[in-house]
Amino acid sequence: MSAGAVGRAHPRLEGREKVTGTARYAVEYPLDDVTYGWAVPAAAVRGRITRIDAEPALALPGVLAVLHHGNAPRLSPDVDPELYLLQEPTVHYRGQFVAVVVAESIEAAREGARHVRIDYDTQPHSTVLTADHPGLYRPDKVNPSYPTDTAEGDFDAAFAAAEVQVDATYRTPAYHNNPMEPHATTAQWRDGQLLLHDSNQGSTAVQAAMAELFGMPRESVRVISAHVGGGFGSKGYAKASVVLAALAARHVDRPVRLALTRQQLFGPIGYRTPTIQRVRLGSDADGRIAAICHDAISQTSMITEFAEQTAVYTRSMYAGPHRRTTHRLARLDVPTPFWMRAPGECPGAYALESAMDELAVACGIDPVELRIRNDPAVDPDQGHPFSSRNLVACLTEGARRFGWADRNPRPCARREGRWMIGTGVAGSSYPARARAAAATATALPDGGFVVRINATDIGTGARTALWQVAADALDVPPERVRIHIGDSDLPPAGVAGGSMGTSSWSWAVVRACQELRDRLGHHTGELPADGLTVEAHTADEIRAQRPMARYAYGAQFAEVRVDADTGEVRVSRLLGVFAVGQVVNPTTARSQLIGGMTMGLSMALHEEGVLDERYGDWVNHDLATYHITACADVERIEAYWVPEEDPDLNPAGVKGLGEIGIVGTAAAIASAVRHATGVRVRDLPIRLDKLLGVSELA
Amino acid sequence: MRSFHYRRPADVAEAVALLGADPEAAYLAGGTNLVDLMKLGVQRPDLLVDVTRLPLGGIEPLPGGGLRIGATVRNSSLAAHPVVRRDYPVLSRALLAAASGQLRNMATTGGNLMQRTRCVYFQDTGKACNKREPGTGCAARHGQNRDLAILDWSEQCVATHPSDLAVALAALDAVVEVAEAGGTRDVPVAEFYRSPGEHPERETTLPRGALITAVRLPPLPAARRSAYLKVRDRASFAFAVGSVAAVLDLDAGVVRDVRLAYGAVAHRPWRALRAEAELRGRPFTPELAGRAADAELEAARPLSHNAFKVPLVRAITVRALTELAGVEA
Ligand SMILES: Cc1cc2nc3c(=O)[nH]c(=O)nc-3n(C[C@H](O)[C@H](O)[C@H](O)COP(=O)(O)OP(=O)(O)OC[C@H]3O[C@@H](n4cnc5c(N)ncnc54)[C@H](O)[C@@H]3O)c2cc1C
Repeated sequence: MSAGAVGRAHPRLEGREKVTGTARYAVEYPLDDVTYGWAVPAAAVRGRITRIDAEPALALPGVLAVLHHGNAPRLSPDVDPELYLLQEPTVHYRGQFVAVVVAESIEAAREGARHVRIDYDTQPHSTVLTADHPGLYRPDKVNPSYPTDTAEGDFDAAFAAAEVQVDATYRTPAYHNNPMEPHATTAQWRDGQLLLHDSNQGSTAVQAAMAELFGMPRESVRVISAHVGGGFGSKGYAKASVVLAALAARHVDRPVRLALTRQQLFGPIGYRTPTIQRVRLGSDADGRIAAICHDAISQTSMITEFAEQTAVYTRSMYAGPHRRTTHRLARLDVPTPFWMRAPGECPGAYALESAMDELAVACGIDPVELRIRNDPAVDPDQGHPFSSRNLVACLTEGARRFGWADRNPRPCARREGRWMIGTGVAGSSYPARARAAAATATALPDGGFVVRINATDIGTGARTALWQVAADALDVPPERVRIHIGDSDLPPAGVAGGSMGTSSWSWAVVRACQELRDRLGHHTGELPADGLTVEAHTADEIRAQRPMARYAYGAQFAEVRVDADTGEVRVSRLLGVFAVGQVVNPTTARSQLIGGMTMGLSMALHEEGVLDERYGDWVNHDLATYHITACADVERIEAYWVPEEDPDLNPAGVKGLGEIGIVGTAAAIASAVRHATGVRVRDLPIRLDKLLGVSELA
Repeated sequence: MRSFHYRRPADVAEAVALLGADPEAAYLAGGTNLVDLMKLGVQRPDLLVDVTRLPLGGIEPLPGGGLRIGATVRNSSLAAHPVVRRDYPVLSRALLAAASGQLRNMATTGGNLMQRTRCVYFQDTGKACNKREPGTGCAARHGQNRDLAILDWSEQCVATHPSDLAVALAALDAVVEVAEAGGTRDVPVAEFYRSPGEHPERETTLPRGALITAVRLPPLPAARRSAYLKVRDRASFAFAVGSVAAVLDLDAGVVRDVRLAYGAVAHRPWRALRAEAELRGRPFTPELAGRAADAELEAARPLSHNAFKVPLVRAITVRALTELAGVEA
């Protein structure tokens, strides 16, 4: 790799199209004869539909059809109960899609949706997670396939004997993914083939799901996802919009565009489960942890089991001989939770990293130093060596850049006028994994190269990063390389999620390019007109990787100001240092890290799905009432990385960095608030009413 | 599709006549509130009468002092007007603390005063709301009511008025000029909004079809020393959790005149007359400001989730007045 494209800042390849509005998103492709679908949400929480009267809707001008369980095309019941839409009269949660109106215009479809009359036979429901919910149970595994509970040593005895003990319970509310582009699809059936323009994070999986649902061979379904306006996990698999659009298009035998509304994103697409987490840490007076326990409670739906791996973070993060983690779930009459940026790690780290801060306070040890003292030599969970572990480097480099050394550990020590000022820190880790993928590389007679892989660029800059990786692997200037992604007709690849996009895709791209170079080395004479193409698959190589603990690490530092009278919190500085292997493109890497930290700030201070139990849904289901951090909430936000070469990862040496930014951020901010005010808020978000009049509380 | 008509009247008389002829018609100004509510199905007018081309877009000084602000003046222009910034800073600050730059560029004076509550139950046609649909009940009374009223609510409605502008206007004793079928009329802001009582669907004292043509600010030299303090859940682009508009006139440390109004506490902008009476004629101290707020808030009846608003409003009253007085807290 000598061309040196990797590691250089480069603007997004499609940046111009995006800012000039010519980049097409799922429902923006010009189409003749197109119709519009509008999803109708259930107005009951739990029960059965007893009657659907579509007549008033059908009587409206422009309305073509109303699909529901009584007339929709049949789907296979064996794919995913979540996608088994419009097949049964059962209602599992308020807002579940129970009908679709199709019309000549989007306005007619929306008006039609208001005129579909649905009667329900309802039953009492339970929608609020509590620590003593009678339905709590122990799932067989947690996402994706971790053991539910783990134990080593004798936690109870070690905790009881520990000189210093921390025992605290932390709560996080429901968080809702709000990508700029909602879940949206254009569906067309042509001669038994299904063509979908869909907003998702991985169209290979969507293609497979849709083919199975409709009982067709995969080749009969094509999913194009050229540009995706964000997903944060919520588009990690086929969702309601693509299924409803395909059902509707088949029913009316015309193309259908269907986009969910902002309000409809609060539930049916999944959300981060609320959590109740008890963390116990026992250490000696020097802060060396002897006993560590994390008990996590979260919720799932009546439809399917989603077991957030909240406490898994604690299994590998800090040392300590006696350890235990548990997960319990309650099945509620709610939509199924789903992935949201760093599922598991993010809420789990909020609890563990907050508890670490409490331990630092209890021991009178600096929280940076406490983490360094408890940095394990090998993975405490599996006993494997780390491929690289640079948490300490992140902490020390962060402390240096942040100016941590001068910190007075006493709370309420800094005051500027009305502002009480404090600082906090947290560690972060996120698994560095890879999934199997395939890619092709083609050498053209004109000296150009084309690389194809069904990667998805959800706004992260993935397209650009793969192009840089390909150029280096081919050892040519990047201008000679073209990259094609975002189409299920391309070689199959996994989702843009789990911080596995670039690691998985670049692996296949590098192998294809290397092999092509090899072949070209032996090739004599002219290249054929359609070029010379090789294909690479990484499944075997990934399976053959030796077992090791592979993680990205990071440390977030926050400085907050708390208004002494009103309790308003502002973040004056947020600084993160990360160890993420090779950074392919500093421009887009930085936006991912800063974006993650911003989302963590939002989680700490603002976001909260406010549920009304009587209605069984979230009442603040729009962006005016569900607050997401605004620019004015943070004065300075910075991300850096330490140099890291890790030969035990993948050919490009990347760890992935879409999620690590969010992981510890909320804990760093909560700890900074505690340092500023003396008040530890253990239930997020840290809203002003929890700190009101804090100058007297402290 | 739900179709509606759109008209652009040539003058005020035609606008008023159009609304008078059609009980389902509504005025359309910047559309930043009305169009949202139409999309949500909360409001369903069959005729929109666009008032933005009417000659109501000026800001003129009045002969005896004071200012007349046209109903279609955009919030951003009003906030930036040099006379407003000099003579009525409370008004400029209230506007700039509201919504976002883009919204302020569209939003008008009249539309801002007439905007509807942000109570989440009002905005969701799937939930009970007496304001949206009289007789259906108030889901907020025993529901998620953190952001709602602590003063003057009724069993039928606990909504708050969301406007920041209206709070400043209440403090300034502004007068709303209104055109109706029978002619024109002046309505002081103090008499413009209603308590929810038995009829929360009626928000103002205006008869249906009345058109706001202007807002008049009386001369108030003391307002040069005025402030708007708004507390919100994030630093920008959020409605108030509590706010205070304050004008303070001190004579050798003694309160000669004071105007106080609260936002986000009631169905209307809340002029704090009891607090003012407590302050007037006394030497100003932060403690006095606190006692004045206590006097006003004695009548507060917090809901299940908003008891915190009482100490919050007290705190910002003390801060706003103390800062205006230029004394150390
Ligand atoms: C996300 C968001 C955040 C916001 N944040 C804030 C905030 O923090 N503080 C705040 O104060 N506001 C806020 N707003 C509200 C905003 O200020 C109002 O939407 C705006 O002022 C309404 O003005 P408009 O001209 O667009 O009114 P329209 O939407 O055009 O009309 C609103 C109502 O007024 C009536 N109307 C309009 N003109 C007249 C007239 N001349 N006479 C009689 N009736 C008339 C209309 O019929 C309609 O009922 C926010 C809005 C949004 C969408």
